[in-house]
Amino acid sequence: MAEVKTNTRRPTMPKGPMRGRGMPVAKGAIKKGTLPRLLKMMFKYYKWQAIIILLCIFLNSFGSLVASLFTKTLVDEVITPGIKLGLGEVQGTFISLIITMALAYIVVVLAGFFWHRIMATVAQGMLYHFREDMFKKMQTLPIKYFDTHAHGEIMSLYTNDTDATRQLIGQSLPTLLSSSLTLVVSISFMLWYSFWLALVVFVCTFAMTMVVKYIGGNSAKYMVAQQTSLAEEEGFIEEMMKGQKVVKVFTHEEKAKEDFDKYNEKLFHDSEQAHIFGNILGPILSNIGNFTYVLLAIIGGILFTIQAPNVGISSIIEGIAPISIGMIIAFLGLSRSFTQIVNQMSQQISMIAMGLAGASRIFALMDEESEVDEGYVTLVRAKRDENGELVETTERTGLWAWKHYHKEKNTTTYIELKGDIVMDMVDFGYTPDKQVLYDISLYAKPGQKIAFVGATGAGKTTITNLINRFYDIADGKVRYDGININKIKKADLRRSLGIVLQDTNLFTGTVMDNIRYGRLDATDEECIEAAKLANAHDFITRLPDGYDTMLTNNGANLSQGQRQLISIARAEVADTPVMILDEATSSIDTRTEALVADGMDKLMHGRTVFVIAHRLSTVRNSDAIMVLDHGRIIERGTHDQLIEQKGVY
Amino acid sequence: MNMVKTLLKSVRQFKKPSLITPLFMVLEAFCECLIPFFMAKMINEDVLASPDAMRTILTYGLVLVLLAVVSLTSGVLAGRFAAKASCGFASNLRHDLFYRVQKFSFSNVDKFSTSSLVTRLTTDVTNVQQSYQMCLRIAIRVPLQFIFAIIMSFTINHKLAWIFVVIAPLILVVLLVIIRYVMPFFRRIFKKYDALNNSIQENVGGIRVVKSFVREDYEVKKLQKAAGEVRDDFTKAEKILALNNPIMSLFINVAVLIISYLGATFIINDGFSHGGVLPEGAFDAAQLSALTTYGVQILSCCMMFSMVFVMITMSFESARRISEVLNEESDIVSPENGVKEVKNGSIRFENVSFKYAKTAHAYALSDIDLDIQSGETVGILGGTGSSKTTLIQLLPRLYDATEGNVYVGGVNVKDYDLDTLRKEVSIVLQKNVLFSGTIKENLRWGNENATDEELVRVCKLAQADEFIRSFPDGYDHYIEQGGTNVSGGQKQRLCIARALLRKPKVLILDDSTSAVDTKTDALIRHAFKEEIPDTTKIIIAQRVGSVEHADKILVMDGGKIIACGNHAELMAGSAIYREIYEAQTRKSEQTEGGVA
Repeated sequence: MAEVKTNTRRPTMPKGPMRGRGMPVAKGAIKKGTLPRLLKMMFKYYKWQAIIILLCIFLNSFGSLVASLFTKTLVDEVITPGIKLGLGEVQGTFISLIITMALAYIVVVLAGFFWHRIMATVAQGMLYHFREDMFKKMQTLPIKYFDTHAHGEIMSLYTNDTDATRQLIGQSLPTLLSSSLTLVVSISFMLWYSFWLALVVFVCTFAMTMVVKYIGGNSAKYMVAQQTSLAEEEGFIEEMMKGQKVVKVFTHEEKAKEDFDKYNEKLFHDSEQAHIFGNILGPILSNIGNFTYVLLAIIGGILFTIQAPNVGISSIIEGIAPISIGMIIAFLGLSRSFTQIVNQMSQQISMIAMGLAGASRIFALMDEESEVDEGYVTLVRAKRDENGELVETTERTGLWAWKHYHKEKNTTTYIELKGDIVMDMVDFGYTPDKQVLYDISLYAKPGQKIAFVGATGAGKTTITNLINRFYDIADGKVRYDGININKIKKADLRRSLGIVLQDTNLFTGTVMDNIRYGRLDATDEECIEAAKLANAHDFITRLPDGYDTMLTNNGANLSQGQRQLISIARAEVADTPVMILDEATSSIDTRTEALVADGMDKLMHGRTVFVIAHRLSTVRNSDAIMVLDHGRIIERGTHDQLIEQKGVY
Repeated sequence: MNMVKTLLKSVRQFKKPSLITPLFMVLEAFCECLIPFFMAKMINEDVLASPDAMRTILTYGLVLVLLAVVSLTSGVLAGRFAAKASCGFASNLRHDLFYRVQKFSFSNVDKFSTSSLVTRLTTDVTNVQQSYQMCLRIAIRVPLQFIFAIIMSFTINHKLAWIFVVIAPLILVVLLVIIRYVMPFFRRIFKKYDALNNSIQENVGGIRVVKSFVREDYEVKKLQKAAGEVRDDFTKAEKILALNNPIMSLFINVAVLIISYLGATFIINDGFSHGGVLPEGAFDAAQLSALTTYGVQILSCCMMFSMVFVMITMSFESARRISEVLNEESDIVSPENGVKEVKNGSIRFENVSFKYAKTAHAYALSDIDLDIQSGETVGILGGTGSSKTTLIQLLPRLYDATEGNVYVGGVNVKDYDLDTLRKEVSIVLQKNVLFSGTIKENLRWGNENATDEELVRVCKLAQADEFIRSFPDGYDHYIEQGGTNVSGGQKQRLCIARALLRKPKVLILDDSTSAVDTKTDALIRHAFKEEIPDTTKIIIAQRVGSVEHADKILVMDGGKIIACGNHAELMAGSAIYREIYEAQTRKSEQTEGGVA
């Protein structure tokens, strides 16, 4: 427990949903091409807005530039001549200058206003699209993805990483753009005035870049370390909080504190370093700026005193002449804003790195391989025509059929949905190198109840996972009503299978909503009917708001047994010809279970049922019982037959 | 304010850096205010035009370099101390929170959900940390800088500086109005944001259900709605906040224009009236430019101030959530000089009633009177919600009885030293947890100093040895967080072994073999009987078979013991017991016989 582990990501047994937060993987890695892809996405969804924002940023920078020349113009064209000639003489220029300025300021204010306002729409809209696209993609991913990624890790894409991209899109990129514009303009101005002085600024800028590289690099390094330590500590806290009751029962509080302190100490160290480097970058850069100013003043003073010939772009027009006072003053002003901008840009570096790393991870999810579905056989509502043949219909007949299109003959046949399942010599392994099921063959006629028993880890759950194609078999065949399930569209296949899983998952919403999850168009009456069959009705009516009671936190306000009763009702509402029950009744007390079993019996007519259970009482009346051991069926038969055999059963 | 006091208690050893930081910040602010002043003095037309220009430049240059060095040093030191103070404060807060939670009783734990505790220890602490650093670095510096700048502008020209004094409060008011208007939006957004993340989390956790019921489209619609709401509210809020920047620059620009107009007029008139030359020391263009610089500084102080205000207000909610945990008093505390020895495993309940919350109407347990001899095996049967678990949780004082008394080894449980009691009354919880780490590490939760032989012995008792050995790494097999890589039955057996390692006087199994097959279940019970005969064993079970051979069987219903006796007595005397028994053994006598 004590040492901080580095290799906790091991291949996970795909059994039940993984909980908790895993260690973060390769934080801070930025994939190439992330920025172009991000921009492309932005232009795809918000072409006009993006263009207007660009325009606004441009106008804003331009306006600011005009404004920055204001003081110089005021001095040169109004004050200096005014002192000599009097206010009356310069009044005209003065007023028009003030008006020009006011206009420039209005442009700056308006451009800024629209820029930020439209940016709000774009940034938030982009986040929405990120979430939507990721979520849509996630719905298509195979179960394997969820087995191999910690849930905390997936969640972090929607929270931390999405937030990081918000900073990037809404703040860092525009700032960077407008800063670069100003930077280009001030560089041009500097070169316009004087190469010599510009050289001084560039040398100092080089020094600044080195500082940014060193301090910024360290800041980023420790920022990443801080994130990792934070995630590690969060993982530890989550585990301990979840197991808090166990901690208490074993009076393990002191040990937990001791372990916690280790994580906390490491986090303290990393975050302190990250903050130190982050905090000192600003003062160092702005004071390099101050040094630059002094240096420029001195060199400018020397140049002026010795009347050295000045060279700048302006020299092309005005010819080479000694540096002027106005030029030095203007240059100093430029150098101040120049270093300020460099400082401003450097503050964005870590934000940009974090944002791009987040976007990389988001795009990585979007690039994950979807569940492959090559099925073409679909499930349709059907009715019998006058000849007794099945035909497709839109009416609710209660009759369903598989619509099977035969390519080579160009014909379509309809096969009634009955719930006949055949597994033929099926082999399977979660990974190619480790087989978990061998030669599984079984036949389930419509309406039959097939039970799987066997020690834990024998492969019972795995078999049911193959029927609904959560995983694809390695060898052999599974047939549903005589059709190879690989030919059936996954959605239609799953729609024809009802399932009650080992771990019940309820969703935030009312009890009614949760039952209706099985079939969205079920009426309230149908839901209540299903709840009655599952014997959930009694306890539901005793809840504070009955069927309208809100369930939160996976139904934390219900007992385990009650949650399972609801999940059984949910499967019943789905009204499917095949039902898979995975230890569905393990936490229901025997009396309740007897009631459920009773309801099940009524419902069993016309249904094929696969049951996984440890208790004999739940499997006793099955048509066939499969005894599994280490991935093989070692015995099969009815209850009585198996007793006769006196085998493992 | 009480809340702030609670939090500040956690500053402790970081008081010094917390106090030093503002000092250096003040120094830095002071330098930063003087720098433009000397810059204006160092270089202007008069200076450059005068013959000893270089001397002036070098003198002021030296002053400026000195100021920059001081500013740099104080800035860097302030940065370091601020980092130490804020990170240390956060570290202490996390420490205090975690330690406080370790003190919690079960009912305290029930009050806060796991995820909310995790958020409080991470996100909330980070928020408070940021605000704290902001307070140290900016909240003190900004007002000072504001005052410095005002003073400087008055020194330059007191006739023009009043404009700032008029505009600054205006700007502040406008910004605060915007914030006031936006804050409710943000509060609402946080809630919607939580709901959004919650729905994603449910989807990830329940992905098998989603796929089984082919509800992908439905889930996507749900997300679109939730994400859309977040987007709409956020956009609204940000659009209002988008006013901040332009309004800010509007005010600054208006101020600059007024100052420029009035200043220029003043200089021109002054100069013209003196025959085209400004008198020595009069207000000139350079000073006008310095004045504008200070003006911008004053107004950006207002901006900063409003930003700090937003940050701090936003972290108030986090601070509240943290102090809620820190102020939560554990309602079960170990008595001073508690009894350190549990004599034997006898148990007595005397008129015990219990309800989970004081305000609850219904009692979860009522009128429990019960006597159990040391070494007895007791089975408890009853329907879901019949308070079986509640009953046994009173023994190790996971909860305290509301009325009546509970005795273990002849002593009231409230008189025991809590650690002693819980060590001797070991419970295998229904919702049990394994922690990430090897099997050995997990088992040693029971007893840190247990030898490997002891581990093997208890695992054999719990019928876990065999499957542990089947793992490639055996007892060093790594258990994933939450024990996801062992099956339910294996997990339960490991939990039993862990509890056995404590060698308790009372061992309680709360439905701890539900996922274990009947055969193994029987073997475990058999091992208990043979190997730990002196330990009192209380077994809550769903299967009659698990408790059939117990010395005493309690049948519970609605928080009451409705029948008590051994199997034969109950078969004769309790209709409910008979009903359960028959329901479970119907048609299966031969099977049970065949297995056992």
